Amino acid sequence: MNSSRLGRLFSVAVLFSLLMAACGPASSSSGGKHLDVIATWSGDEQKSFLAMVKPWEDRTGNKIDFESTRDVNALLTTRIQAGNPPDLAGLPGPGQMAQFAKQGKLVALDSAVDMSAMNSQYGQNWVKLGTVNGKLVGIFIKASIKGLIYYDPKNISSAGVDFSTPPKTWDDMVTAYSTIRQKTGQTPWCIGVESGSASGWPGTDWVKDFFLRQAGPTAYEAWGAAQEPWNSPEMKTAWQSFGSVVNNPNLTYGGKNYVLATSFMTAFDPMFQSPPKCYLHHQASFITSFFTHDFPSLQPNTDFNFFGFPDINAQYSGAQVVAGDLFGMFKDSPQARDFIKYLTTPDAQKIWVKRGGAISPNKLVTLDNYPDSQSKQAAKLLLAANPPEFDAGDLQDNALQKAFFDGMTQYIGNPGQLDSILNHLEQLRTSGA
Amino acid sequence: MNLAWIPYLIAAVVGVPAVLVLYILATDWLIRRLPDDLQPRLRPWVWVAPALVLVTALLIYPMVATAWISLLSKDGTQFVGLANFGHVLTDNSVLIAIRNNIYWLVFYTGLVLVLGLILAVLADRVPYEGPVKSLIFMPMAISFVAAGVIWRFMYSYQPPGAPQTGTLNAVWSSILQQQPIAWLIDHRVNNFALIFAAVWVWTGFAMVITSAALKGIPPELLEAARVDGATELQVFFRVTVPLLAPTLTVIGTTLVIFALKAFDIVYVMTGGLYDTDVMARRMYGEMFNNQNFGTSAAIAMLLLLAVVPVLIFNLRRFQFQEAIR
Repeated sequence: MNSSRLGRLFSVAVLFSLLMAACGPASSSSGGKHLDVIATWSGDEQKSFLAMVKPWEDRTGNKIDFESTRDVNALLTTRIQAGNPPDLAGLPGPGQMAQFAKQGKLVALDSAVDMSAMNSQYGQNWVKLGTVNGKLVGIFIKASIKGLIYYDPKNISSAGVDFSTPPKTWDDMVTAYSTIRQKTGQTPWCIGVESGSASGWPGTDWVKDFFLRQAGPTAYEAWGAAQEPWNSPEMKTAWQSFGSVVNNPNLTYGGKNYVLATSFMTAFDPMFQSPPKCYLHHQASFITSFFTHDFPSLQPNTDFNFFGFPDINAQYSGAQVVAGDLFGMFKDSPQARDFIKYLTTPDAQKIWVKRGGAISPNKLVTLDNYPDSQSKQAAKLLLAANPPEFDAGDLQDNALQKAFFDGMTQYIGNPGQLDSILNHLEQLRTSGA
Repeated sequence: MNLAWIPYLIAAVVGVPAVLVLYILATDWLIRRLPDDLQPRLRPWVWVAPALVLVTALLIYPMVATAWISLLSKDGTQFVGLANFGHVLTDNSVLIAIRNNIYWLVFYTGLVLVLGLILAVLADRVPYEGPVKSLIFMPMAISFVAAGVIWRFMYSYQPPGAPQTGTLNAVWSSILQQQPIAWLIDHRVNNFALIFAAVWVWTGFAMVITSAALKGIPPELLEAARVDGATELQVFFRVTVPLLAPTLTVIGTTLVIFALKAFDIVYVMTGGLYDTDVMARRMYGEMFNNQNFGTSAAIAMLLLLAVVPVLIFNLRRFQFQEAIR
């Protein structure tokens, strides 16, 4: 074969492939628009979200392409850097949301959602938390109440403790767990803080609960706004209060190695074993779906129940740490606008609420939508919270929040380092990290 | 089903080689029209040009850009000189990451080389060499991420008294009657636990390459040594190992580079917590979690500096081999 024939052959091949490439995109679009959505929800939570999405898909003919990731921050940062953000995403927290908003990556939602409906249906705090520089950029599609203390009612009464009226104060709580320790010889608490790259966060929830009730809502809000020094005496006291439980192998099942090595998703398992190895578990309201995942026979009320974190300083009684899942729009399109508007409606939020594991921040989702008495009780706590204080860790920017988590694992491993951990966090805060 | 990607695939598979061949044909047609003495000098450059363009775009440009970013502030708006390097090299957690990379360099490289050599020599002497080598090579087919997940189960920890769900602790506590160890958390062992998972993956690779080189050693040499009265150990250390040295160096340099860029296993198994962080994981954390581009680039530059001696060594050896050919 001489070279000119070879040349002609290849020219034909090139032309052919260019033609194929040119007619490629034309054959792809059919029916409604596909929207890319990224969020951390997986398993049951993912199913509930997709159930929430379904009626909208059916009504509009559009399709949600959902992608679940545990490292949502890295994925969002990479895709935004690459100029290829998803249409919409579940955001890691208000702190990170504010960063994306200031970089101009998030689309303002004021004209997408019905603002007057938002203002009347959502609590004022929820709208405020989704607002950056006067523009609404994030909406809460579900909320959870943090710092609940779960127990197994049958085991608790055989351990000589009566929770029919929950402990009013932390001192009552100390009395209760000391009784459990004496009566059963077992450790009262089960704690596990392993959570992949976010390991440590369940421990930070304890510190938030102590800090809010010891130092009060004003100091707590200053902390959320990165105005409170990390090495203040109040902060140190809050860490040490948690330390009095977690650093004591007589109070915490398996000691520090179990706490650090065990995922928050299974940390409570010894509480439901027979005989139980622990009696109390501190976690946000979402945890019940993990209870029934590991032990399908468990029934609310008879097998597990909860009460809110007790008061410490009486003048701050009623203050409560809450959290929620934010949703934001990165790529503007009429379909994405319509979708996000749909997510704020009570009709959409009822779907997840009825499936369990979520509390709706929308007041029109009334208590009778909740599937059982426990989720009703949690929703009531959320409504009654005075004031409801958003998770101060989620309000920090990413670097500081991750350092808070990391610092917690260090503290659990080596309580003697508390001062240097807090000084390091303070250094990060003041350097404007 | 959406089949829109098929034309693109065809375009890539057929189109890319076609364009390259067309390029060669077209440029050669041009060169042949030039004066005769110019042709042989120009042709190699024209042929190597596509590769040069690719290397510049994909390797040199990112490297220069990273070097530049490492001199900028967190968000890349201000020039801060060497401040990022100063910050990185005085940060205790970065120093721990550097220490851990040294652990990886020494123990990962050393263990894989030694185990690979021993296994190759032993397998060479048994009739069931094939199956044994296949078994040991098998983990190579597993990604580091999957290996990390597998070894997380192996190292899983339950408190003393509770049934041990991790294989290692089950053996450790039931057969050896020892207290279970939190392999991934205990500072005394966790770095070695991670390194061992990586050794498990790569030993097969070292063994297969060493074994191939071993087959290339003429049996007469070993016979001659034995006839001269050398013991088996002497034959091994005085004849086999020196003859394998070039092969072992190649494997060694490959492993050194892998040790420097260790990431997946650490990310999956501990996330760099409990003093197990390594430079590459830290670089990722600074970039994607803290969005601190300057610090991240500074760490990347330090890693690059660490790889340079290995590269120079490799190039030298390559030139030396070319020279003796």
